[in-house]
Amino acid sequence: MLFGFEWDTTNALTLALSILPILMVGLWVTLQATVLGFFVALVMGMVLAVLKGARSRLVSWPAYAVTEFIRDTPLLVQLFFLYYVLPEYGIVLPAFLTGALALGIQYSAYTSEVYRAGLEAVGHDQREAARALNLSRARTFTHVIVPQAIPRIIPAMGNYLVSIMKDVPVLSVVTVLEMLNVARIVGDRTFDYLVPLSMVGGIYLILTLVASSGVRWLDRNLPNQGIPLK
Amino acid sequence: MNDPIIRFDNVVKRFGDHTVLDELNFDIRKGEKVTIIGPSGSGKSTVLRILMTLEGIEGGVVHVGGEPLWHEHGPVGLVPASQAHLHRMRGQLGMVFQQFNLFPHMTVLRNITEAPVKVLGLGKAEARDRAEELLELVGLSDHAQKYPHQLSGGQQQRVGIARALAMRPNILLFDEPTSALDPELVGEVLNVIGQLSEEHDLTMLLVTHEMRFAREISDRILFFDQGRIVEEGSPAQLFTSPQRERTREFLGSELDRVLAV
Repeated sequence: MLFGFEWDTTNALTLALSILPILMVGLWVTLQATVLGFFVALVMGMVLAVLKGARSRLVSWPAYAVTEFIRDTPLLVQLFFLYYVLPEYGIVLPAFLTGALALGIQYSAYTSEVYRAGLEAVGHDQREAARALNLSRARTFTHVIVPQAIPRIIPAMGNYLVSIMKDVPVLSVVTVLEMLNVARIVGDRTFDYLVPLSMVGGIYLILTLVASSGVRWLDRNLPNQGIPLK
Repeated sequence: MNDPIIRFDNVVKRFGDHTVLDELNFDIRKGEKVTIIGPSGSGKSTVLRILMTLEGIEGGVVHVGGEPLWHEHGPVGLVPASQAHLHRMRGQLGMVFQQFNLFPHMTVLRNITEAPVKVLGLGKAEARDRAEELLELVGLSDHAQKYPHQLSGGQQQRVGIARALAMRPNILLFDEPTSALDPELVGEVLNVIGQLSEEHDLTMLLVTHEMRFAREISDRILFFDQGRIVEEGSPAQLFTSPQRERTREFLGSELDRVLAV
């Protein structure tokens, strides 16, 4: 029994059906970690992108260094660091929060590049037209550059959302009860790993296929000339 | 009143080691229509881009409306212009770009009203009325709600002209306004520019390869080569009896180019 659900080990099918609700509890945690991690990646990535775009090297250089450091060290190292080292300095976070934060930080290095590439892809001619019309820098950014960058940014972000979801099982090593961890516990107790682990693989496959087709749909249907301003 | 509205005073512009404008001097009077011709790379467009404050200068002084454009009067002589000074000076100028540079995510109407509302502080209704007048002027009254990608190149460029005019500039700069257009669309844009050239108060500075058109509308032609003015004069003078060998050579090659098409 796990989370109040009994399993039925009569055969593989009954086992599969009986543990499905248990895996769903794990899936719910996986999705929450995905969304929270993605949110952190979006916000922190934007901050990094803005800092990297700063004119002062004193500001931009540390942002590049942080990005490079995050990208060149394994997610698991960062996760262990946050989970085991921070408490020594009095910062104790629940495992779930630590895990989602680690995912978000890891992916912020990638999302910051997405923002930057998206903004830079808007042609210089647009900035010149705005300057010739005497539009302020801020207005040019918010009403000329960003609306044209968004359709380039969103599909790339969607791909990272899928990647984050696939990286959530890493959080099982710090005791987060996401779907893979739940399946492992079921295996430990029923002595049958084949069924729960296959189900986790299958559920991931379905989720990824659905999410990827969603990203492709967005890519096709976003107006490539930019978000219309009425 | 006789003061020039534009004056280039020993202006030097470099891109790295390459000197684009080499101690350039010229004046343009208020209301004058001047066309700059010359081979590519001669610095024609750079003159317009400096005036629109898209490119800085390395030497000399540019005056617009009697004031230095890239400088301000400091306690002792001229100092480099502040952003505020450039912002104020830009208000006198408008530019029409070779590639139109319309905002693709805004309707035609919004393209024209965005800056008047946000920069000049016009009310939305007033800006719209003014935009509709300008669209009528350029013959695009029915296209206000369309997006640039729904228009032909010639129509987009006419929107570009309306957008520049909406800021009520004293000086309008045309940077090869028909060079990116299919030949059959050139005429509609030239018609609009020709119409504008009737306006007495509007000073126009045009860079183009349309020699026949330049001849029709210009008060004066400047022939540029290698960052200097080789020859200048009225269209009749310059096109029928050019004094310099280099000018004759260029006009001959342009004629060949037109005939080859």
